[in-house]
Amino acid sequence: MSEIRFTDQHEWVRVDGDTATIGITDYAQEQLGDVVYVELPEVGKALTAGDEAAVVESVKAASEVYAPVSGEIVEVNGDLEGAPGGVNEDAMGRGWFVKMKLSDSGELSKLMDEDAYKAFVEGLA
Amino acid sequence: MRYLPLTDTDRREMLGVIGAKSVDDLFRDVPEKARREGLVDLPKRQGELEVERALNKMAAKNVAAGSVPFFVGAGAYRHHVPATVDHLIQRSEFLTSYTPYQPEITQGTLQYLFEFQTQVAMLTGMDVANASMYDGSTACGEAVLMAHRVTKRKKAVLSGTLHPQYRAVVENLSEFANDVVEALPPAIPGTTEDIISRICDDTSCVVVQSPSFYGDLIDLRAIADAAHAKGALLIAVVTEIVSLGLVTPPGEMGADIVVGEGQSIGNGLNFGGPYVGLFATKSKYVRQMPGRLCGETVDATGARGFVLTLSTREQHIRREKATSNICTNSGLCSLAFTIHLSLLGEEGFTRLARINHANAVKLADGLAGVKGVEVLNDSFFNEFTIRLPRSAAAVVDELADKDVIGGVPVSRLIPDDPSVENLLVVASTEINTDADRAAFVAALKEVL
Repeated sequence: MSEIRFTDQHEWVRVDGDTATIGITDYAQEQLGDVVYVELPEVGKALTAGDEAAVVESVKAASEVYAPVSGEIVEVNGDLEGAPGGVNEDAMGRGWFVKMKLSDSGELSKLMDEDAYKAFVEGLA
Repeated sequence: MRYLPLTDTDRREMLGVIGAKSVDDLFRDVPEKARREGLVDLPKRQGELEVERALNKMAAKNVAAGSVPFFVGAGAYRHHVPATVDHLIQRSEFLTSYTPYQPEITQGTLQYLFEFQTQVAMLTGMDVANASMYDGSTACGEAVLMAHRVTKRKKAVLSGTLHPQYRAVVENLSEFANDVVEALPPAIPGTTEDIISRICDDTSCVVVQSPSFYGDLIDLRAIADAAHAKGALLIAVVTEIVSLGLVTPPGEMGADIVVGEGQSIGNGLNFGGPYVGLFATKSKYVRQMPGRLCGETVDATGARGFVLTLSTREQHIRREKATSNICTNSGLCSLAFTIHLSLLGEEGFTRLARINHANAVKLADGLAGVKGVEVLNDSFFNEFTIRLPRSAAAVVDELADKDVIGGVPVSRLIPDDPSVENLLVVASTEINTDADRAAFVAALKEVL
C-alpha cells in the first residue's frame, strides 16, 4: 500500500515501505514547459528534507528539485538523462527523479495529501 | 544644475550598513603607496589650445609600440591587423549592437558569434567554444571554477608555466570561493617541473600553459593522462593563439578545457584591454561551461538561423546558481578575431605562424651571439627567455633610451624573486624586420 504526499514546491513523494520515490508534479511540468535536461544526484548521497536533490531545466527556466524528506539516495532515474521529455509525458510515473531510503517517516505527516495539494494548486490560479 | 543624487545622510546611512566610516575606507585594499593624497594640482582654468599643447607634450613622453623596434610579448602581442578588420567592425550594425537576445533582429551578430565559436573550437581542437570571455586570465579563472563543478573537488594545481597575472586572477577568485590553489614555482626554461607528482585524489584540475609564459612548448599528453587517472581535469592555457598555426592543439593532447587570449588575432595591444578571452571544452561538459553560447538551428520555414542557447546556465535566468556571473562577452573584439582569421584562412594562418617562428629563431640566434646573454629555451614559438648578466629591468630601461623596447623583465610580474631577476622574456612577431632585430642586438651589445 503506497501513499503519496506533496510539497508546496511541487514535488511529490510516493512511499513504499521505507523507500520514497520522488518527482515533480504534473502542475510543475506544465509550468516549466518542455524539459530539456535533468541533473541527478549521485547514489549514496545523504540529504536532509529541503536540500537540493536535482535540477530540472526546461526551455524557459532551470529549477531545483528539493528533497521532500530526509534520507539517502538509493536510485536515480537514468532514463531521464537521455530522454528528459519523460518528465513532461508522465511526471507522476515514468518521469520520477530519485528514490530515497527514508530516515524519518514521521516527516511525511508534514506534507500535503492529494486533496490538500489539489486545493493548494487551485489556490494559485 | 549639479546632478548629485545622494545626500550626505544617504551616504552616511549606506556606509553605516556596511560598517565603513568614510568613503575613503572603501579604498583600503589599494596599497597606501599607490594612493594619492589630495587632489592633483591643476590650473583653475586654461584655454583649449593650452590644454591640447600640455597634453600632447605629456603624451610625447610615451614611446608608441609602432614607432620603434618592439619585442614585447608575455601575454600581449603586436601583430599586423589588416585595415579591413577595422573597417568592417566599425559598421554601425556591429559597432553599436547590444546583446543579441532577440534572434529575429540579430542574425548578423549571432552568426558571427557562431562562426567565432567554430573557429575557436577548431583552433583548440575541442568540441565546443563559448562566445568569448573578458580576457585570457578571467577565462582561466572561470575554467578552474568549472573544473570544481565538474569534479566536485576544490583544489587546483597551477603549473609554473602559467602567466603570473593569470595565476593572480585564479588565486583571487579562489580566495573568495574558499577554494585551494597550489601554485608551483616559476618554470624557468632549462629546469624540469614535476607537476604530475602534485596530482592527488582531491585535485580538481591542473593548469598548464603552452607555449609557457617563458616561451617553452609543453607536451601535455603525459600530464593529461596523469590527471585523468586521478579523476582530475587538464586545463590548457594559450596566451599566444597564433602558436596554434604550428603547434598541436591542446585538445589533441588530452586537454579537457582550453582557455586562451585571442588578442593576437584582429586586435591591437589596446593598452592592455579590451581583449578577448577564449574558452573551449568537451561536449560532455557544456552545461558546466560559463558564458554565452550561440547555436545553429532552423526557423519555422526550415531556413538556417542562429540563437543563443543553453541560457539556463546563465545568470540572467539561473541567478545565483548560474555557472558564472559573466552575462556578456567581448563582442567587438571577437568580431575582429573572426574577421581577421577568416581573411587569413587556414593557409594564411599557418603561414603567419611560420613567419612568427622564423623571426623569433632569427632573433634568438642574434641575441645568443651577444656576450653574456644566454638563450634558455630548447623549444619555443615566437617568444623565448634570455638570461642577462645583470638586472633585466635595468637593461630594458637602458635599451628604451636607445629606442628599442626589448621585452618584458620577468621581475615586473614576479617581483622580489632573485631567481628571475636577470630573466627577460622576448617576442618577435611578423611585424619585426631584420633591421629591428639588428638594432636590438646592437643596442644590447652597447648596454651590457
